[in-house]
Parts: sequence; structure tokens; C-alpha cells
Amino acid sequence: MFQRTITNQLTFFQKIKSFDFILLLCIFLIGLISCFSMYSTDGGEISYHTKSHVVRFFVFFLMMLVLSFFNIRFWHSTGYLFYLIVLGFLIWASFYGITASGSQRWINLYFINLQPSELMKVAIIVCFAKYYHRTQVSDVNNFKNLLLPIGILIIPIVLVVSQPDLGTSILIALSGLVVLWLAGLNIKYFVYSSLFFVVSMPFVIAFLKPYQKLRILTFFNPDKDPLGAGYQIIQSKIAIGSGGLTGKGFLKGTQSYLDFLPEKHTDFIFTLFSEEHGFTGSVFLLVLYAIVVFRILRIGSFVRSYFAKLYCYSFAAAIFIYITVNMSMVLGLLPIVGSPLPIMSYGGSSMLATMIGFSIVMSAKIYHKQLIS
Amino acid sequence: MISDGDTSFRKLNTINRRMFIISAAKVVIFTGIIARLFSLQINENKKYLTLSDKNRLREWKLPPERGEFLDFFGNTIAGNLKVYQLHIVPEQVEDFKYLMVRLKDILDLDNSQFAKIIKKKNSQKPWETLVVSENLSWEQFSKVNFYLHELVGAKPVLSVARSYPFKENFTHVLGYVAQASESDLANNEIIKKNHVPGLRVGKIGLEKAFENDLIGSNGVQRYEVNAFGKRINQIDFTAGKKGKNLRLTIDTEVQKLCNELLKDKAGSISVMDIYTGDIIAMHSSPSFDPNLFLYGISHKDWKNIRQDPLKPLINKTVAGLYSPGSTIKPLVALSALENDVISPKFTVRCTGKMEMYGQNYHCWKKKGHGYMNLRNAIKQSCDTYFYEAARKLGVDRLEETSLKFGLGKKVFQDTFIDEKKGLVPSTKWKKDNLGIGWVLGETLITGIGQGYIQTTPLQLCLMTAQLANGGYEIYPRIKAEKNQETAEQIKLKMKQAAVQKKENENETISPVIKARNFFKVGNKDHKVLYRNPENIKFVLEAMWGSTNEVMGTSYGSRIDDKKYQFAGKTGTAQVKRITERQRELELKAIDMPYEDRDHALYVAFGPYKNPRYALSIIVEHGGSGSTTAAPMAKKLFKLIIDRHEEREKIIKQNLPNI
Repeated sequence: MFQRTITNQLTFFQKIKSFDFILLLCIFLIGLISCFSMYSTDGGEISYHTKSHVVRFFVFFLMMLVLSFFNIRFWHSTGYLFYLIVLGFLIWASFYGITASGSQRWINLYFINLQPSELMKVAIIVCFAKYYHRTQVSDVNNFKNLLLPIGILIIPIVLVVSQPDLGTSILIALSGLVVLWLAGLNIKYFVYSSLFFVVSMPFVIAFLKPYQKLRILTFFNPDKDPLGAGYQIIQSKIAIGSGGLTGKGFLKGTQSYLDFLPEKHTDFIFTLFSEEHGFTGSVFLLVLYAIVVFRILRIGSFVRSYFAKLYCYSFAAAIFIYITVNMSMVLGLLPIVGSPLPIMSYGGSSMLATMIGFSIVMSAKIYHKQLIS
Repeated sequence: MISDGDTSFRKLNTINRRMFIISAAKVVIFTGIIARLFSLQINENKKYLTLSDKNRLREWKLPPERGEFLDFFGNTIAGNLKVYQLHIVPEQVEDFKYLMVRLKDILDLDNSQFAKIIKKKNSQKPWETLVVSENLSWEQFSKVNFYLHELVGAKPVLSVARSYPFKENFTHVLGYVAQASESDLANNEIIKKNHVPGLRVGKIGLEKAFENDLIGSNGVQRYEVNAFGKRINQIDFTAGKKGKNLRLTIDTEVQKLCNELLKDKAGSISVMDIYTGDIIAMHSSPSFDPNLFLYGISHKDWKNIRQDPLKPLINKTVAGLYSPGSTIKPLVALSALENDVISPKFTVRCTGKMEMYGQNYHCWKKKGHGYMNLRNAIKQSCDTYFYEAARKLGVDRLEETSLKFGLGKKVFQDTFIDEKKGLVPSTKWKKDNLGIGWVLGETLITGIGQGYIQTTPLQLCLMTAQLANGGYEIYPRIKAEKNQETAEQIKLKMKQAAVQKKENENETISPVIKARNFFKVGNKDHKVLYRNPENIKFVLEAMWGSTNEVMGTSYGSRIDDKKYQFAGKTGTAQVKRITERQRELELKAIDMPYEDRDHALYVAFGPYKNPRYALSIIVEHGGSGSTTAAPMAKKLFKLIIDRHEEREKIIKQNLPNI
């Protein structure tokens, strides 16, 4: 399967030289920021969360660097396998998963408790990229050719929803849809399916768990029950709003260290950062993320293979979606659904998935001249 | 797969176009998020900063320190006692069960106390202080300290509590304090403002009347708290202000004597300065120890107090209503003289009873007094004479005089919430309230202080004081303050008032001077209550006779020493209608059931030569005024007049802070 081409003969130094250092720098900076934020959530001491986050970040960052040396063709050839393995994990989780706070999301791999739904966010992109790499543009909108991708997308979503984990399943769906869109799927399918979605909404809501329903309802009116379901949104907005232009200062976020802020390690890490570093800090972090997204798009624009191009564009869009969904959520623009902020949030699986995603991008950069048959 | 160039080109074209659309959307969304951040953090920063501070800052109010009560000589009569308390913060306790069992053992708690504490613990948050005991004995306190290393989480605390060192002596005057109730909070803004859980406020008496002065103000601790309300650290502390110390006009020595004299009896004694209106003593019996109420009275004690037939809960001095009996006679005599109904020479023959429309009206002396003039009638308390005098006077004119001298209205306007107005009947009153016309027979019995007329002991004291000072209105006071008017200043004002009255009666004086006199403060301050001062003098002299002459009703209780000599009038108020048969039997008080016995009354003033103090004594069901009440007056005047110089010294020094 591996063809010997010019790109294969790159020397080690050439490979290193062709890393996207700006992208690496931005990822590293965000990683550092996340480590300091984690230190702040622990109340200014290096305890459990900080330690494991720092370790994870550096281990997975190194792993990303190593994986970057893999030829992009490796990802292309193992695209379906990657998807199937993660799908297997998901099925595993639904039978033998570890249950925490009412949701069966994790599987025990002895050295790590893995949340396969996070990996699925990347796997679905790789899988679709491979699928559409071969598909003729005229066949994309062929209904027969659409059935397989729908199946590929629906199965994990159903599995994740039943965990239950609404937030991740939405993100998986969005990741998949982005690839379909970029692959050239006719706009009418999106229109029809969103119409279908709106119509089926009431039925879906009827199947939602009570806490999920409550979350959606409270989004529309958080003040209705300020101590109950609306509490998170209200406290998050207070924390961010009280940060002001320059913030309350590192380790001085009162909302956070006095425990008014819920889930500050994970979904609300941006709230904590924003409270302590204010508008300027938040914009700085946003700009870093924007650069990351832009660098990935830039790589996508000059890679030779369609697989790598589709992957880069899709992954950039997906990362952007993860970031904006999380931020909109903590800013009170979207209902609270569990969605981590890439790199920043505490959580090994999310970090692992993100880093794998980056390593594929980096590999596409190094092997940008690589053609895939 | 570049062989199919066209397809490849179309594919790339599509993906680039769509990527561009997505990128445009990204820019929009990105801008939107920054805009949202801007609006929250820059535009609405103030609002959220306030909300965040509201989240994290909590104020804790500390209980204010209550002002103390001092007697006239500066002795503390209601103070703040240091008490030893035991507090537990359940959150800081490792093993609550073990701790409680140990404490139960050390403090020797019984099961019901133990259960009470557990119940209290369950009703509050784990970081709230649990008060295990509000008042440890020194022994318990030291024992707890000794075992403290085993009692993790227990904190022995020094706190303050109200104490009444003279126990039952001042109960009715001071009242008592207890935990503020819902209605206390609803009715008093100042209590509401300074309220902390467990705050004790005045429930009755002066503790309630002067609540606003006594309460003081909270100290405030500001803490930073976490989301669960737990205090993280103290931000600042403002010390509270202690409530005002209040000094009373009461002399503890006299008050104590009153308590002794009325021991095991139901009744009341009031003593008043006839010029300043200072209450020297004011006691209602039986009394109880107000310290019992501090930590919640025990069931047994409360039952004892509540069910006592002598009604210790009622402040009889201001809330007890009694027929004045013969103590009203000086006032009836004065009224009759003032209205020119009779002259001192007017004579009535007492045969022991008087018949009116077929109804017999008896004199207390069955055989009758024979021929009586006014002075003798007062002295010997001849009922027949006063039936006749009252008949001539009429009840409405008597009402007018009675009201003038302080009957039928509250002595203190709003100091004692339980004070009663009493009742001075009139024809109009009966028509308005009972709907039937006045009967002449009722006038007769009103003339000897029976029937509808009802007075409080304090009113009788005020009446006597206003007679004794020569017939001038005075204003009773119980709070002693610096630069209060002295007796001398008031005497002077009374003299001025008398002069002005004379001037005003003089037809030849110009209306300008009359008007000036009218508006003079002195005139208004101590109103002249008589028409002719000679009438007052006559009545006072007759009262002297009653006490200091043979045949006088209280002759047995006289003091010959001029320094202490006093003048008074006995009274024996019938509680129950006496039937003709009982009258034949001539029952002695001791032979009758307690509730049927007469009330014994006595009003007096002294020293006679230069009067200064007036008193009233009522002993419920005490038999006759001359045998039960008057002897008490003798003991009281001895003490009161002995204490007079001490009192003057304090006044001269303008109430030094002792």
C-alpha cells in the first residue's frame, strides 16, 4: 500500500524543519495557560487536578510530536480501522463502562480511564475524510452513497446519547456534518434534515432525561430557578462579568475559589480564566485559538491530497465548534450541555483526542506533498 | 487519482468554496463571542461585580450589650452577668456522638436536656454554632476545661446574660427580658434592626418601656463566605455600642422593705415624692425571681407562678384595680368643701346606719359614732357622715375632683404597658356604658369608696401626694436624670402658680397680666388643683388627726417623733356584699374565707410638719386598713425619712456616677 515517493525520503531534520512552529507554539501556550488555570482551580496549590493535568498535557503533547512523524498515508489507510476501534470502545462502554454521576461514559483501560466518545469526535472526521477521498463529486449527492455515511454517523451518536451524554453526541454530530458539508453534500439535505430536526424536536425532548430537559428550559430563563438549574449559568455570568477589563488577578477569582462556580475544572474553565484575567486575557486566549484554527486551515490549503485537505478543513471547523460551543455556553448564549474547551479543560480523553487530531494535521503539514491514491 | 482532472478540480472547487463559507461564519461567530465578552465584562462589569460581592460577603451581627438599670444611689439592679457557655460547631467535630456522650457525662445532663440539644443540632446548619449550655456553673465550666483535650470541637465561652441581683424585689418595676418574639420584631423597628438569633428583649415593665434606650447596637463582623455559606475569613469588624444605662428614682432599701412587709401577702406598696413625683418604691406582691426567665423557665416553676392564687404575674401597683374604700374620704371631703356643699361645721348624727328609700346604708361602726363634724368624720372614718356628704355633693362633682387629683387616668402615660386607667363613675358614664340611669344609692356608696369606683394603688399614692403638697399637680417620674427639676424648684413653681391663681381671681387685675399668667410655663407645669387652699389644709389636718389623735383610725400606728410623724387615712374595701345576717354575726376577718375578706388600704404622707413623701398600701384580703396596712406605713416612714438625707446628698451632687 505504501508507495515510495519523494516525500518518503525526507530526512529527520527536514521533517522537523517542516513542523508548523506557530501552530505548535500556540498549542503549547494554551497548554501552559491551562496548567496555570488548573493550578488556580485547585485554590493555588499543586494538588490532584493540577498534577494530572500537567502530566497529561506534556505526555500527550510529546505523543503528538511523535505521531506527527507518521506519514499522512498511515492515517488514510487506518481511517476505517480507527473508527471501528473507537466504535468498539463505545459499545464496550455501553456494556461494561464505568458509571459516574449518572452517566456510563468511561472504560477502564488499566492505565487510563478512557472516554471513547471524545475520541469519536476525531475518528468520525478521519473516517469521513477517507470515505470522501475516493468518492466522485457527482456521487456525493447520490442517495445510495449517502446511506453509509448516515449509518457511520448515527451509530455512535445513538450510543453516546444513550450513555447519556447529550453534549458530546451533539459535538460528534456537528463534526460529522461539517465533513459532509465540505465534501459537497447538497445544501438541500441540510435544509431538509434541519426541518426534520425541528419537527421531531418535541418527540426528542420527550425522550430526554429530566435533567437534560431542565437544562434546555433554564437556558431560556435562568432566573426562574436561580438556586437550582439556572445556578450554573447565573454564577458563570457573574464570574465573567465581574472580571472586568483586566480581571481580578491570578488566583484571586472569588467566584471560583469560594466555590460559587460549578464544574470549574472542566466545562467552566474559561469562566475561571475570564474572571481572573478579564476581557484582555479572554481576548488573548481567543486570539490564540483563532491562530490555531487559522494555521490548520492554512495547512489544509496547500496539502496535495484531498484526504488531508478535507481532514484539515473539517478538523479546523470542528475545533472551532468545540471552542465556540463551550464559550457560548459559559457566556449564557447556549444551554448548558457538557462540552469541554479543547486543551484547557480537565480530562484525559479530550486531551488525547485533541492531540491526535493535531498530530494528523501536523503529519499533513510534514507530508504535504504526499499524494494518496 | 489525479487522472480524472476534471472531477478532482470540481471537488477542490467545492471544498474551497464551502471552506470559505464556513470561515466567514467563523469570523461572525468569533466576533459575536468577543462582543458578548465585551458586553458582560466592560458594559455590565459594575452590575456583575456587585453581584459577585453579594455572593461572597456576609455580615454577621453580634448581639448588642444591653444597658443596665441602676437604682437612685447607683446600685445595679439589672446588670449583665458574665456567664459561662458551652458552644459546639458540629462541622469541626470529628465524632459528634462520642462528644455528646462525653459531655452528657461531664455536665450531668438528663435525658430530656440531651434530647433537646440533639434536636437543636439537627435543626441548624453544620457550621452554625450549637449552644449546648447557656449557663454553666463554675464547677461544670472548670470540668469542661479540664477534659477539653478529649472534647474536640467543644468551646467553653464567656458570654453575658441579664441578671437581676435583687431577684424578686424589682420584678414588676423592671419586668424581665426573654428571647425576642415575632411580634417584638414586628412592632419595634429598633429591635428588628439589631436583632440576632437569641437576642433578649424586654417583655414587660421598664425593660420593655425603655427598650430603645437599653438595646444598644450590634457589632458587625464582615466575612468572606463560600458558596455553602461557610466563613472563610474575616474582612472587618465594627464594635457595637452598649445600650444606655438607666438610673431609676427608686431606693432599693425602701423597695426591699416593701417586699418584706408584703411577704406572703398579695398587695402593693407605692411611695412617691410629693413634689418631684419621684417613685421611691413601687412593689407588687407576691413577686417572683425574674432570673428564672433568662434561659427559659422550667415547666414546674412556670406552673407555680401561673397557678399561684395570689397572682404574682400581675403588677398590682399599676394593673390592680381596687375599690379605694375610706381612703377616698379626704377627697370626698375636699370636693364637698370646694363646692361649698358643706362647711367643716356641718354635723351629721351617726346611728350606725342610714336609711334611704327603704335601703339601709351601714356605717362600719354598728353602734354609730353619734354627732360627727367633718374633721371627726374623717378622723374616725364615719361612713354615715360621708353618705350624707356624698348625697349633698352628687357623684358628678365628686368625679370632677377625683379626675383632677389623678384618679380615672393612667399615672404613667405609656411606661407600663399593663397600666390600667381605673374608673371614676358619673351619671353620664353609667348612662353611656350601662345604659341605665344613676341611682342615688350609688352616690352614697361612691362617697365611701365602694361601688363602681376603681383605682390602682399608684393612683391613690398620686392622689395623696397631690393633696399633701398643698393641691398642685405633679408628674410622677421613675427615670432619674441629671439636671432634673429638684423639689425646691418645683415648690417655687407651685408658689408662683398659687400667686398667679390669686392674681387671676382678683377682678381688678388687668387682662394683660392674666393672659401673661396663663401662658407662663410655671402656671401650666404644676396646675393648682384647689379653689381654696384652706380646704386642702383642713383635710390634711383631719388626716393628721386620724393618725395622731385618740379615736383616730390609725392612732395605733402613729409616730410621736415630729421628725417621722405622718398623717394618713385608712381604708377597708369590701370585696363582697355583706348580708344582714353576717352583719349580726360581726364576723372577724380571720373567720371568713380568704377571698371574702376585705382589702386593707392605707394612704399617708409625711413628715407631717414639712411633708415630702406620700405612700399608698394595699393588702388584698388583709382585713382592716387600721390593723394590717397602717402599721406598715409606720415602718416605711421610719426608713423613708431616715434615707431622706442620703437622697438629698445624691441630688446635690447631681447624680454622680457611682
